[in-house]
Amino acid sequence: MKFGVVRFPGSCDEVDALHACRRVGEAVLLWHGDRDLQGVDAVVVPGGFSYGDYLRVGAIARFAPVMEEVAEFAAAGGLVLGICNGFQVLCEAGLLPGALLPNTSLRFIFRQVELEVVTTDSPFTGACALSQRLSIPIKHTTGRYYAPDDQLSRMEGSGQVLLRYAPGENPNGSVNDIAGVCNEQRNVFGLMPHPEHAVDPLTGPTGGLAIFESMRAHVTDGAALV
Amino acid sequence: MTPSAAPATYRELGLTDGEYELIVAGLGREPAVTELAMLSLMWSEHCAYKHSKKLLRRLPTEGPAVLMGPGENAGVVDVGGGLGIAFKVESHNHPSAVEPFQGAATGVGGILRDVFAVGARPIAVLDSLRFGEPADSERSRYLLDRAVGGIGHYGNSIGVPTVGGEIYFEASYEQNCLINAMCLGLAPHERLIRSAAAGPGNVLVLLGALTGRDGIGGASVLASAELGEGDEAKRPSVQIGDPFAEKKLLECCLELLDSELLVSLQDLGAAGLTSSSSEMAAKGGVGLDIDCALVPLREPDMEPFEIMVSESQERMLCVVEPDQLDAVVAVCEHWETLATPIGTVTDSDRLRVRSGDEVVADLPVSILVDDCPLYDLTPAPPTQPLYPAPAASLTVESGPEETLLALLASANIASRRPVFEQYDPVVQSRTVRRPDDADAAVLVLPTGEAIAVSIDGNGRRVACDPRAGAIEAVFECAANLACVGATPLGLTNCLNFGNPEKPHVAWQLVEAVEGIRTACLALEVPVVGGNVSLYNEAPGGPIFPTPVIGMVGRLPDPSRAGRLAFAREGDAIALVGDFAGADRAGSELAKLRGDPVSGPLPALDEQTVRAAHQTVRAMVNTGAARSAHDIAEGGLAVALAECCIAGGVGANVALGPGLDPFAEAPGRAFIVSGSEEALRGLPILGVVGGTALTLEGILDVEVSRLSQARSEGLARFI
Repeated sequence: MKFGVVRFPGSCDEVDALHACRRVGEAVLLWHGDRDLQGVDAVVVPGGFSYGDYLRVGAIARFAPVMEEVAEFAAAGGLVLGICNGFQVLCEAGLLPGALLPNTSLRFIFRQVELEVVTTDSPFTGACALSQRLSIPIKHTTGRYYAPDDQLSRMEGSGQVLLRYAPGENPNGSVNDIAGVCNEQRNVFGLMPHPEHAVDPLTGPTGGLAIFESMRAHVTDGAALV
Repeated sequence: MTPSAAPATYRELGLTDGEYELIVAGLGREPAVTELAMLSLMWSEHCAYKHSKKLLRRLPTEGPAVLMGPGENAGVVDVGGGLGIAFKVESHNHPSAVEPFQGAATGVGGILRDVFAVGARPIAVLDSLRFGEPADSERSRYLLDRAVGGIGHYGNSIGVPTVGGEIYFEASYEQNCLINAMCLGLAPHERLIRSAAAGPGNVLVLLGALTGRDGIGGASVLASAELGEGDEAKRPSVQIGDPFAEKKLLECCLELLDSELLVSLQDLGAAGLTSSSSEMAAKGGVGLDIDCALVPLREPDMEPFEIMVSESQERMLCVVEPDQLDAVVAVCEHWETLATPIGTVTDSDRLRVRSGDEVVADLPVSILVDDCPLYDLTPAPPTQPLYPAPAASLTVESGPEETLLALLASANIASRRPVFEQYDPVVQSRTVRRPDDADAAVLVLPTGEAIAVSIDGNGRRVACDPRAGAIEAVFECAANLACVGATPLGLTNCLNFGNPEKPHVAWQLVEAVEGIRTACLALEVPVVGGNVSLYNEAPGGPIFPTPVIGMVGRLPDPSRAGRLAFAREGDAIALVGDFAGADRAGSELAKLRGDPVSGPLPALDEQTVRAAHQTVRAMVNTGAARSAHDIAEGGLAVALAECCIAGGVGANVALGPGLDPFAEAPGRAFIVSGSEEALRGLPILGVVGGTALTLEGILDVEVSRLSQARSEGLARFI
């Protein structure tokens, strides 16, 4: 199992993601200007402030050469995980439905939050238990998930919401307490919380490990896409 | 060379008649326009430390762990395993008072550059902030909001965690807020680099952002003098930060150093190219020839003097061997960072600046760096109170419960969560103890060991008794480190004071520096760097004398790093250190009651303090103490309440005779909890358990009420 973690200029959490991936498999960095995905089994688009994010978040990163390859990789069924800024980039790139809006507080918020696993029927939550609580930190200014009503009900109906903020934990005003969603094909997943910052008992709770474990299990056990 | 500046101009640039005469005598002629701009900044208080340099020589700077001491961009201590920790604190007070968001943001940007200029990757930021009373002052609430926003903007965006800090609100800071930022960096010994230029014939390369007219400050007087009109002079002189540019510059510099492509490296801070180049030349005992026409500009038609003193952010200066230049440029291109050769190292002792073919400055390096006169202070204790007594918000009739709740809700003690939730404390995956977990932040190192860091400086107590207050500030930092199990390695300080030309401020400064010296010698902790910010003064008087201390320590096992929360029902609670000698002088309660700002603070025995630190440190490292917290602002009752709130559990405590629940003992007394067995030999105060904090015969309050008071105290102003 080999992960590739994209590095844009301005990425901040790419090394954290690299180390988190290495807890369950191999991992390499993929430079934004390169088109070679180095034969990875899964791509992680990490957190940070790609290209400074002085425009709408993720709006420049979606045009990076590496993102064209990531889009092709996703279209072929490859696993793609977008964390925080990565989630924003994947939404901008049209690989995930919906958009991320500024938090209702209009401030940057760091907080350790409780999440609930909505479904285990995905390559990203397969190693979790249904309704399992995961303690994972969030840190963002633009994390309020939004999708139009009709799209939202389709997504809810087809089980594309994989993680919700637990009752009372929604930090940013996301619709339906949504913390993370996948695409219809279920191989592209974006979430605002940072699972890569919840993998080591020395630095805090380890709720994020289950996400990486799920991906590893999906790839190495050859489980079919659902 | 360009004609001499108009004689009167030097006064507008801040030079005295005497200083100007020294310059003319030293040069044997009148300085040219560009030279005067350069000299006026290099001879400013900010660059030349002319009122503090003699005093700073009193501070001990040597110790077994010191790898780099004062004089470099940042100090460095050894943390074992071939690794060093670089760290420094610096002020950005005046810009933040003008434009708090950018002032605070560029304060963070500046201290980050100081740290990666020595080859260290920035791994943590801490901030020490001071504002006026938030309840009374809309301006202070605005400054708080924007300064915190600016710190977060820069630190969060560049991927360096903000792991700690402190904030105090006092009326004396109403006109002069303080924004001190501290940064820590991690480097393998072999990547550490100094700033001394070397090797005549080597190339001077400017890295990073374009140079604009921002931050030209006082030197813009020359612009109006030159242009004959005032418009240029009105340009805002606060710098604008670009964390994205700095992130690329940071990664670029570290890769250049890892590839061993640089001879020396220096950041551009105050006085821009002038100070960076002259200091590199002075340290290396060489000269530099610079062609300022080669400097990439953000605005066309900048005058040479503007280019030489611009404080545009996100720039570094390095010395490169000519045959490495192509490799340097290639690394910079990868990181989308500009690299421009602008000069050469010479074997002269002069800094020569050309603009194309025209020589605009030709100065001995020594006149820029060494020849500014150092002034003796004329200290004298004040003959009448310097600070008005605060307005009382609590009377002596208030009972203990009301008093405790009022203290927890006071802006100086209340929960800092509304502030630290705006900062990312976890990026880089090293943070073992976050804000609110413990008295100090703890970061794990690649060796498996850890470092701890704390920043502290209670200006009110220093105002009451400058020497004792400064001693306490150092001890308090060391106490915070002890509470997580760390042994101090070194400290950095930022001395924020009023106008040193006034005898009573000079006295505060001299006393405080002596206090820092005393405490450093007692703890055997060297000062490895720092910064001085003077003239923090408004018509109403000076700020509280505010020496801010940042201390770094080392602990063997991060998995045992201490926490402040009571951890287990049934654990015993014990007192460590000398609390019986503590009193309410300079306390938060004294402030709430409207008592005058006056001392003396209780005397303390340095060896007793040191022994108490050792006891706490050992108990944390062996696991005997399941919690440890020092008794600071608000006193014993507040310290107990904080341990209860953090643990979500109550405590039942009986205070023996002579123990005042509201006496403060910063840096010298602690509350620890653990099994009765583990605490044997210590004075036991009580036991952890229940849902209320009970001080027998004094007060009995549900922890939920304590928590509510503490959580609302600062949140209501944000």
